[in-house]
Amino acid sequence: MADLELSEEDEAMLAGDHGEAAKLCLRMVIALARVRGATRLLTVESAHVDGCLYHGQAGLDFVERLGELGGRVAVPTTLNVGSLDLRHPDLVHADAETTANARRLMAGYTALGCKPTWTCAPYQLTHRPAFGTHVAWAESNAIVFANSVLGARTDRYGDFLDIGAAITGRVPDAGLHRDVHRHATIRLDCAGLSRRLLGEDAAWGVLGHLAGRLAGSGVPVLTGVPATVTEDQLKAFGAAAASSGGVGLFHVVGVTPEAPELAAVASPDLVPHVVDADRVRAIRDELTTAHGTDLDALCLGTPHFSLTEFERLAGLLADGAPFHHTVSAYVTTSRAVLAEADRLGYAETVRSAGARIVVDTCTYLTPILDAGLRTAMTNSGKWAWYAPGNIGVDVALGSLAECVASARAGRIVRDEALWAS
Amino acid sequence: MGELTGRTVFPGEATGEPLVLDAPLSFWGGTDLSGRIVDEHHPQRGATLTGRVLVLPRARGSSSSSSVLAEQIRSGTAPAALVLTEPDAILMLGAWVAAELYELRLPIVVLTPQDYARLAACRGPVRVSAGPENAVIRLG
Repeated sequence: MADLELSEEDEAMLAGDHGEAAKLCLRMVIALARVRGATRLLTVESAHVDGCLYHGQAGLDFVERLGELGGRVAVPTTLNVGSLDLRHPDLVHADAETTANARRLMAGYTALGCKPTWTCAPYQLTHRPAFGTHVAWAESNAIVFANSVLGARTDRYGDFLDIGAAITGRVPDAGLHRDVHRHATIRLDCAGLSRRLLGEDAAWGVLGHLAGRLAGSGVPVLTGVPATVTEDQLKAFGAAAASSGGVGLFHVVGVTPEAPELAAVASPDLVPHVVDADRVRAIRDELTTAHGTDLDALCLGTPHFSLTEFERLAGLLADGAPFHHTVSAYVTTSRAVLAEADRLGYAETVRSAGARIVVDTCTYLTPILDAGLRTAMTNSGKWAWYAPGNIGVDVALGSLAECVASARAGRIVRDEALWAS
Repeated sequence: MGELTGRTVFPGEATGEPLVLDAPLSFWGGTDLSGRIVDEHHPQRGATLTGRVLVLPRARGSSSSSSVLAEQIRSGTAPAALVLTEPDAILMLGAWVAAELYELRLPIVVLTPQDYARLAACRGPVRVSAGPENAVIRLG
């Protein structure tokens, strides 16, 4: 195995010169570097921490240990969703012990100097890492967005290492930090899909799901899609690809910053998988576990709803009927985006239609949906993938317009012409 | 009977019956804190991982898997060992933190695809000894 060379600063940190928490965290970074075969560590400019979501005592014990050891983040650090909506505490139906522990966990990370952003989409906040800069981001959709859409460099970091990198400012020089791992390993040719279908976030969730399955932990590249692809669509693609596979980076030729042309990211003999409408519809149906047309809930915003998604949803709702009285509608977003959506009036339109807006957490990982809701519709490939296992609902995946039409009708309504094109 | 040599991702000792997964698994969203597979789409949904030498081609999905694994180790519902065909940083970190906090060590080993297939085909308990340099898995 390659030898790991440490800087003088690293050696000082290991000797405890920066405190016991930094020493513990650097030992963790070094353990990872050895597994990853890194020969040196890199300095990161920011971190995004996923560990603030409560999964049990171990996560709480770890952050509280860091606090006791005097830990403090060395770089600007944002926080992912927690297990509570601190602004609307009644929305989460967790038991008292879980609620208390989740609150302690969130407080533990804030005490280390992390910013209480509580969002899985830190790229929707004002600070975005610049092209080519090294960062340590955890949360699979944030990782894939930072790498692919922003062209920043982070490896697929998980809980614990995220705060370890934030406290030390150091990560192994390995994985997606290195040029050699940023080349495409599979190619999806989408030239046969209609522009209308490619205009839907849900279709991008389906494509992402397919890409994740084909690529595993490799790097997909998409060809044959219009340059008008939106960030919300790239977000939907990456989130789904990081869920069904271990994708931490993708390229879209002519769209993402490292892929102005195919040759920049892929070897010419990379054989394309041709994706047609039948394949897209088949994956949509695979992600749909609901049978029949019964509908109890609408869940949007996984990853967190962006301001442009609020604008689109408010546009669809502006002059129409409210959601059916038997459908519980939820939109999850960050408190920062909600403040903007409130200021611009989108949030009020969404609330007037009957939706509840959830911040700081997400509907597919904490008990937010009212008891007894059996079937939910979403436009998110990630939500559709995880919700049946996580919260025990059946799910139907559809476009935002299908979601709105269904939530108004009180049953699942399909626009089959869209998915046949 | 036989012996396989692999690469240590995280050191430790364990004995258990192999549980060979037919598809990759995300611990977060794919397993619960009682150590069961809850991934709706996984071919072995409902299987219990606790105490088993979990043999899986690779991990996938969420970066919260490290927290879930650490918590399973703490509460005694984790697999006895993990054997993969490629190292997984997220699972290694879960094992690292459990060892730091609780001195409980869950060995993680990577085998070549050929040795992985031999392990996947074997019956009966296996012993995993993952040392600082390399790991040995004794079959039968």
